[in-house]
Amino acid sequence: MSVLVYAESNDGKLKKVALEAASYAKKVADMLQTTVTAVTVNANYTDVLGNYGVSKVLKVNASWNDFNANAVAKILYQAAVKENSSVVILPGTTDAMYLAPIATVALQASFASNVVALPESTAPFVVKRTAFSNKAFNFTQLDAAVKVLCIAKNAFGLHEDAVAISTEDFSVEVSASDLGVKVQNIEKTTGKVTIADAEVVVSGGRGLKGPENWGMLEELAQTLGAATACSKPVSDLGWRPHSEHVGQTGKPVATNLYIAIGISGAIQHIAGINSSKVKVVINSDSEAPFFKVADYGIVGDAFEIIPRLTQKIKEFKMQNA
Amino acid sequence: MKILVCISHVPDTTSKINFTNGDTEFDTNGVQFVINPNDEFGLTRAIWFQEQQGSHVTVLNVGGAETEPTLRKALAIGANDAIRINTNPTDGFAVAAQIAEVCKQNNYDLIICGKESLDYNGGMVPGMLAAILGYNFVNSCIDLKVEGTQATTAREIDGGKEIASCSLPLVVGGQKGLVEEKDLRIPNMRGIMTARTKPLKVMEPSGADNKTKAVKFEKPAPKSAVKLVDANNLDQLIDLLHNEAKVL
Repeated sequence: MSVLVYAESNDGKLKKVALEAASYAKKVADMLQTTVTAVTVNANYTDVLGNYGVSKVLKVNASWNDFNANAVAKILYQAAVKENSSVVILPGTTDAMYLAPIATVALQASFASNVVALPESTAPFVVKRTAFSNKAFNFTQLDAAVKVLCIAKNAFGLHEDAVAISTEDFSVEVSASDLGVKVQNIEKTTGKVTIADAEVVVSGGRGLKGPENWGMLEELAQTLGAATACSKPVSDLGWRPHSEHVGQTGKPVATNLYIAIGISGAIQHIAGINSSKVKVVINSDSEAPFFKVADYGIVGDAFEIIPRLTQKIKEFKMQNA
Repeated sequence: MKILVCISHVPDTTSKINFTNGDTEFDTNGVQFVINPNDEFGLTRAIWFQEQQGSHVTVLNVGGAETEPTLRKALAIGANDAIRINTNPTDGFAVAAQIAEVCKQNNYDLIICGKESLDYNGGMVPGMLAAILGYNFVNSCIDLKVEGTQATTAREIDGGKEIASCSLPLVVGGQKGLVEEKDLRIPNMRGIMTARTKPLKVMEPSGADNKTKAVKFEKPAPKSAVKLVDANNLDQLIDLLHNEAKVL
């Protein structure tokens, strides 16, 4: 009867979103007066989950390395059956969103993604989620016996609630048909903070005038330990790769701090970044729509401000190191 | 190759979102509807297969008669024929189940959906469809090639991409990258004229159960006004980010 959580890992290391999902699962388990069981696949040091309320870990040591959505969906399905779980919690990552609908069908469950708050009620089971690309919230009632939820990144946060934890090896038979999609190759840029993992994102728009001016933005990002991003026109012009395009039709950003430089703030851009907690805008045009949604703003010349801001942050970091 | 492209009829990306009837329904008043952008990238890729490899492209939408202009636009862009399943789509699983029925009757080799629609952002239809049919599935697909019965795909992952291969039939959840923004097509007059006479079949829904229900909507709370910091006083910004916002 426990609440099940998929604790996602990368190269054996649990992700922060796994701990966030565990924190959420623990609160739901409290509402349902039950406990939390986590499933991990090829993860090490899983005992940390106990700090976030997980009582039991079902540890899968898979023979395959590359992520396979069908295989992980099957693991989740079998774990949910074994634990007789009525609620299954996943993070909102690319991989979790890939596998969750597959597991939902197997469990004949109801599914909700982009969940931003604890259930409003558990009978009926109603959750708040973002919809219309962050322009609104939608309260969804999940009617099936089993509920599968993907939790939006950074919406719920980490909540420590330490409990005693036990670990069980868990093995699941995966058939050849589950492994129908075969990974050939993974191309990853290394050493850069990705937008998905970043706590801070520094984003540039057409106001930066050309790709040659991105050096100062990258230096600011590096100083902050931030990922770099850009507006749609910038990626359409080819100044920056498409993978950096954030907005309604690009990547969503739900970070602690979003700094928009030379971005006017088209409605589609705002929709994509609006889940970020704190937004700073730097723009020479005081009428730019971004000022309406930002927390802090500076009207001025980006080329003049960025280097000084980078220097100030360096000094701040030195003093507070 | 027989391709099915599933399209959603969604508010234009510039739309202001409002609700009506005690915040229980989306207010369509004054809203322009378009082909869901993620679906349009997939449709354009399908038309590429049609032109380069002789594929037959069917577009499908689950929705009422008011969504037909969106299907006609897809026909004007180049799809061969269209299917509308005549029911109001209120639940992702029910939509996937409806589409699965059509797939079982028609044996498509390739089914292209958008990875999510820009209205409900559920992101569940392609995965559920693949699971119901037992087909191979690639989500967040940013490149797709087919030779014979073998597909090569690229999937967007955090910080890069993953190249995979699989056999058909295949369901993909597509997005930008399947084709680029500049490859998208605006229907020309000839396309619009021929679209009028292309077959658009209306099918009644099969009985699939809804597993979720949207009970109400809410708009984000109005934001407090921006705090402006003088460009010559960056220390103040650092102070605000550190002491007030606590993000530094």
